[in-house]
Amino acid sequence: MLTELYVPGQSPLHLAHPALKLGLLFVYCTLLFVIPHPGALAAGAVLVALGYGLAGLKASHAVMAVRPAFYVLVIIFAVQLWLEGPGMATYIVARFACLLWAASLVTFTTKASEFIDGILAALTYAPAWVPKAKIALAMSLVWRFIPMVRGIFDEVREAQSARGLGRNLTALFVPIIVRTLKSADEISEAIHARSLED
Amino acid sequence: MIQFDRVTVTKEGRTILSEISLNLSEHRIGVIGNNGSGKSTFLRLFNGLERPTTGSVSYKGEDKTDLRQHVGFVFQNPDNQIVFPMVDEDLAFGLKARKLSKPDIKARIDAVLTELSLTHLRERLTHQLSGGEKQMVALAGVLVTRPDLIVFDEPTTLLDLRNKLRFMSVLDALPHPAVVVSHDLDLLTGFDRILHIEDGHIINDGPPDAVIPAYIARSTC
Repeated sequence: MLTELYVPGQSPLHLAHPALKLGLLFVYCTLLFVIPHPGALAAGAVLVALGYGLAGLKASHAVMAVRPAFYVLVIIFAVQLWLEGPGMATYIVARFACLLWAASLVTFTTKASEFIDGILAALTYAPAWVPKAKIALAMSLVWRFIPMVRGIFDEVREAQSARGLGRNLTALFVPIIVRTLKSADEISEAIHARSLED
Repeated sequence: MIQFDRVTVTKEGRTILSEISLNLSEHRIGVIGNNGSGKSTFLRLFNGLERPTTGSVSYKGEDKTDLRQHVGFVFQNPDNQIVFPMVDEDLAFGLKARKLSKPDIKARIDAVLTELSLTHLRERLTHQLSGGEKQMVALAGVLVTRPDLIVFDEPTTLLDLRNKLRFMSVLDALPHPAVVVSHDLDLLTGFDRILHIEDGHIINDGPPDAVIPAYIARSTC
């Protein structure tokens, strides 16, 4: 899940500037595509594995990184197998997995606030009418409140199931929307209370 | 410290608070009253979240518009107060808004986490904390801003007994003056002053041993 991607640590990768990590990720992904050779892919896989080791990440993190895309990888493999044969299917799926592992390496070692600081830095030269601080805050709120909305969903679903309304979409979504909007009001108020702006 | 001068708050033609005049300087002030009596609106006036329709709220004799610089607010539900996914990021939020430097932000966070014995939570994801831990992180988020006064809106409502007792001991040890709205009368027994609000009026104001029994008697008759 998005909010659970950061793994606390003090490794050189954790301490590296987010812009540097994103830049290296861009170069890495580009090279994997412009050098379509199994040797380059193997080197890329070794590199990303070294990165996981350097960051103190476990094999379970690597599994977590590709798990959401598992079915997509299976479909890609099946289509390539049919079109190009087993060698190319394996190569393409392995390359896709390397891209996912490399991207996850960045998210595993970068806090939400660092991403947001990076976005603010990127918006430094944006026109004055662009609400930079509000864009950054909105992104952090998305990060923070996805699990809360999921929690509300689970609570409402259980409550409606207990009433025998587990499959009733109205009974499910009306309380979720009402509770989410009420929370949004309170969150907005709390942000005002904690910051200095109206 | 805080003065209310004939403060009235009306919303959509309904009077929420009526002609409240108070001078609040005690270290611990409790606010009690039934649901819908105006307690929360009263509390929100301290922080400038609510503005008086008529009258004024002044801090140390000055009618300040920047009450938030001086007054921290701890909400009932910490889930709605914690804004960032990680504890240290969330504690930094109010400090960044105050334009503090990174070393200052880190120093303040370190100090408050140590003070509240929360250093082990520094890099935890906020949505994975227990209710008690979230309430302490919400309090830490206020303390790092070094407010002169802290207001609490029903801070123990969502806590179990163990966390409630821990919160009470933390509150007891805080050097800051505090105003606490609560239905939890145990929390307020050692306070210096209790205000009983009913239908937007302060109907009783005095020490806990006088106000709380009267409130209980009024509620049970």
